[in-house]
Amino acid sequence: MITGIPIHYFLILATLMFFAGVYGFLTRRNLITVLMSVELILNAVNINFMAFNRYLYPHKMEGMFFSLFVIAVAASEAAVAIAIIINIYRRFSTINVEDAHEMKY
Amino acid sequence: MVNFGYTIWILILPFLMFLLLGLAGHKLKPKLSGLLGTIGLGIITALSYVTAYKYFFTSEKVDEAFQKLTAFNSVWLQLTENLHIDIGILLDPISVMMLIVVTTVSFMVHIYSIGYMHGEKGFERFFAFLSLFTFSMLGLVVATNIFQMYIFWELVGVSSYLLIGFYYTKPSAVRASKKAFIVTRFADMGFLIGILILSFNTKTFDFITLTSLSGPAITQTGGAAFMGLSVLTWSMIFVYMGGVGKSAMFPFHIWLPDAMEGPTPVSALIHAATMVVAGVYLVARMFPIYSIAAPDALEVVAYVGAFSSLLAAVIACTQTDIKRVLAYSTMSQIGYMMLALGVSGYGGHDGLGYMASMFHLFTHAMFKALLFLGAGAIIHAVHSNYMTEMGGLRKYLPITHATFLIACLTIAGVPPLSGFFSKDEILTAALHHNKLLFAVEYAVAGLTAFYMFRLYFSIFWGKERHYHHTPHEAPLTMTVPLMILAVGSVFSGFIPFSKLVTSDSRPFESHIEMAVAIPSVLIGLVGIFVAYIMYSKETAIPDKLATTFKYSYKWAYNKFYIDEVYLFVTKNIIFRYISTPIAWFDRHIVDGTMNLIALVTQLVSFRIRGFQSGQLQKYGYVFVTGAIALAIIFVYLWK
Repeated sequence: MITGIPIHYFLILATLMFFAGVYGFLTRRNLITVLMSVELILNAVNINFMAFNRYLYPHKMEGMFFSLFVIAVAASEAAVAIAIIINIYRRFSTINVEDAHEMKY
Repeated sequence: MVNFGYTIWILILPFLMFLLLGLAGHKLKPKLSGLLGTIGLGIITALSYVTAYKYFFTSEKVDEAFQKLTAFNSVWLQLTENLHIDIGILLDPISVMMLIVVTTVSFMVHIYSIGYMHGEKGFERFFAFLSLFTFSMLGLVVATNIFQMYIFWELVGVSSYLLIGFYYTKPSAVRASKKAFIVTRFADMGFLIGILILSFNTKTFDFITLTSLSGPAITQTGGAAFMGLSVLTWSMIFVYMGGVGKSAMFPFHIWLPDAMEGPTPVSALIHAATMVVAGVYLVARMFPIYSIAAPDALEVVAYVGAFSSLLAAVIACTQTDIKRVLAYSTMSQIGYMMLALGVSGYGGHDGLGYMASMFHLFTHAMFKALLFLGAGAIIHAVHSNYMTEMGGLRKYLPITHATFLIACLTIAGVPPLSGFFSKDEILTAALHHNKLLFAVEYAVAGLTAFYMFRLYFSIFWGKERHYHHTPHEAPLTMTVPLMILAVGSVFSGFIPFSKLVTSDSRPFESHIEMAVAIPSVLIGLVGIFVAYIMYSKETAIPDKLATTFKYSYKWAYNKFYIDEVYLFVTKNIIFRYISTPIAWFDRHIVDGTMNLIALVTQLVSFRIRGFQSGQLQKYGYVFVTGAIALAIIFVYLWK
């Protein structure tokens, strides 16, 4: 049982993680890193879920289940994303996100 | 009640034959496909004869009148509760008579074509088209309603187009087929307008309802009038316009002479005996309406017929292409039939003209088919269409000569051949109705005898020409139809038409009126005699006459420049002053508007397509910025 840590500590941590993820998503050129950034964003959300669950409704477990769902979705999403990245690599011989721009006008 | 249900096979069989020969014909041997087509048509002919026998001699009559029987009917398009378009088979005296005419001539032409078309490219295609034509023509004559007639009417137009253009590598044939199709199509537009006006006012398409004496067309003659004529009269004039086009009456006759580009059996079948009389048949079919409710329209029929017959007869005297002479002769004879309908009254002896018209239609089909088939045999032997390159052929082609002579005597009205009887009835009917029309037809009778014997003497007598090889008689497949048709031409005059085919379907007594018969035979003989003097030996008389009447000869030789008038009207007036501005408007205003819209769209899209860069992270920026902006709006500004 964590006691004495105010909720806004968790929220600040989650916010930092979230924006670190957004920053990485927007600026990194390597697709693997982009994928990692997405994981960061998801985990920031997970922390929020857990914190709110703990502080607002300590006797309920919906927040935890949501986090579990998000983790499961994130795992499958990573599998699909890596499959896509491998295919992009085969097609373009690179995983630089700027070089994969076939879907334009 | 006699059962006529089997008559549906008269329609189905030729259509099946068309599908078989058209789709699988190239896989069969040409001879086999020709034989198949001919046998199929033989069966249909037999069925038609059985039908005619049963209809005229065993079917029940009510009050001595032949009944109109619907042997088969199926609703095809239900437009409203009362107005529907059916496909069916209607049997009445004229349709049964036409069944006989169409199948007989078509059968003869099938047999003849086996010999005539032998070795031609597209032999089986030819027979497929012949079957299609026969199907369409039979569908036309047995139509139960005016719309079915219109459908088959267009179908015969198509088959005529296909057959005229049979030699599709020959530019003149292609031109002729297009001309025939466009001219008749233009006239058919009038027919369609007529049908629409008529059915709008009477609320029916059905022939039995339309022509019954208590039907809506005849009893409700009132209604709006336009230029002094009632709506019904106008609709009947429009319907007649279709007939004018199909039957090559003035002013839509220009396609018929050109249609002679088709193979000769086709000319015999379509452009002499069957399709071109469709206009006469149409008027006869609607005759009670014309006669009782729209006498003004019937007047138009009479005068158009008379004028066409005179015009054609004059032109025929100057032409040198034998098929063209026959084409103009056809036009002239159809003019006779139209005139006879036009001068006829309804019922009893007043309906003499109607009976005479149908009678002449029947006999004309026989002798004109014979003339064309004979001309085909001559062309087959000499390889030329021009009678200036023929002469003295009677020694080489004895059978053709004999049958051709019979046909010429028939058309000239020499008794007791069939043409004499039918022509005499027409002249009698004309005399009792209108002296002017009688005078015209009387003159035409003389001209007919003259130009037919001009043809006959130039081909079979006259000076012998130098031929590339000795002309020889045609094979048996070609001469047998000639002989059969010759027998038909000689004896069909003895058919008692006034007992069988009359305006009100009741028999009446008709007899030969000596006051008409003797002068008409005399003028025929005069015509023959003049032709004999001028053409039996080579003399200078024709040339001398041609130079004496230089201008009138030239006018007649050039068909009174009617083709040129058409060309002038279409090219110099319609094309230049109507079509060209419309084309300009279409190209510049209508197309221009559309092009402008397209251009603006394109320009704008060039500007904004940069947004769709395919760069994932740019999309990400936009998305994140948008999300933050929305968050700010909803959290701080949306109060």
